[in-house]
Amino acid sequence: MARDVRLLDAPFNPASYVEKFTGAHPGLGGVCTFVGEVRSDDDVEALELSHYEPLTLAGMEKLADAALQRFDLMGILILHRVGAMAPGEPIVCVSACARHRRDAIQAVDFAMDHLKSDAWFWKREKRGGTWSWIEPRDQDHADLARWG
Amino acid sequence: MAVRVVFLGKLADLANAAELELEAPLDWAGLLDHLHGALGEAVAAEKVKLALNGAVLADKTQLSAADGDEIALLPPVSGG
Repeated sequence: MARDVRLLDAPFNPASYVEKFTGAHPGLGGVCTFVGEVRSDDDVEALELSHYEPLTLAGMEKLADAALQRFDLMGILILHRVGAMAPGEPIVCVSACARHRRDAIQAVDFAMDHLKSDAWFWKREKRGGTWSWIEPRDQDHADLARWG
Repeated sequence: MAVRVVFLGKLADLANAAELELEAPLDWAGLLDHLHGALGEAVAAEKVKLALNGAVLADKTQLSAADGDEIALLPPVSGG
């Protein structure tokens, strides 16, 4: 079963990764892909993600393994940016392929809820020339609780 | 050799540095001795976790670091 998990420190084109990923799984019944981009909120000028190499990538690999175990997948792709990004740039891409659609769709939803609230990333945003750190949100815990 | 201390998220701002080297051996009390003011308070807060060589400790006050070890101080992760 194929697992492809990467941290990327430069802008990336999700479509080119997804094309290679699906090409490597002939016979799939469905592929579900989510791409998250930096939201153009009000006056946000930039978003910066920092990570801690020994924990962040290992945690993402564990998450991919959990998705493979929980859902009937042929493969899963998880890409996450680190570093500084401008609004409109892709920040995350999760793609799952499976024999049947529901496993692919649910695996992506599961991975995204965990990436948002349970992965080792620290985010800060720049508004009006000033950087400020983004704190945890209650909604993230509610999102996680969906998966028991 | 020494113990390398890495500050993540807003702890790096409070420390005015991304990392620091302290003399080994180093325990929890020894670490706090070197982190003054707001930084020391923030690190001691319950929600801040500590990893030793890439493994998060269940109880950070049980820290015992030797020459060449790396400590990471981890504030709660940001939400979506």
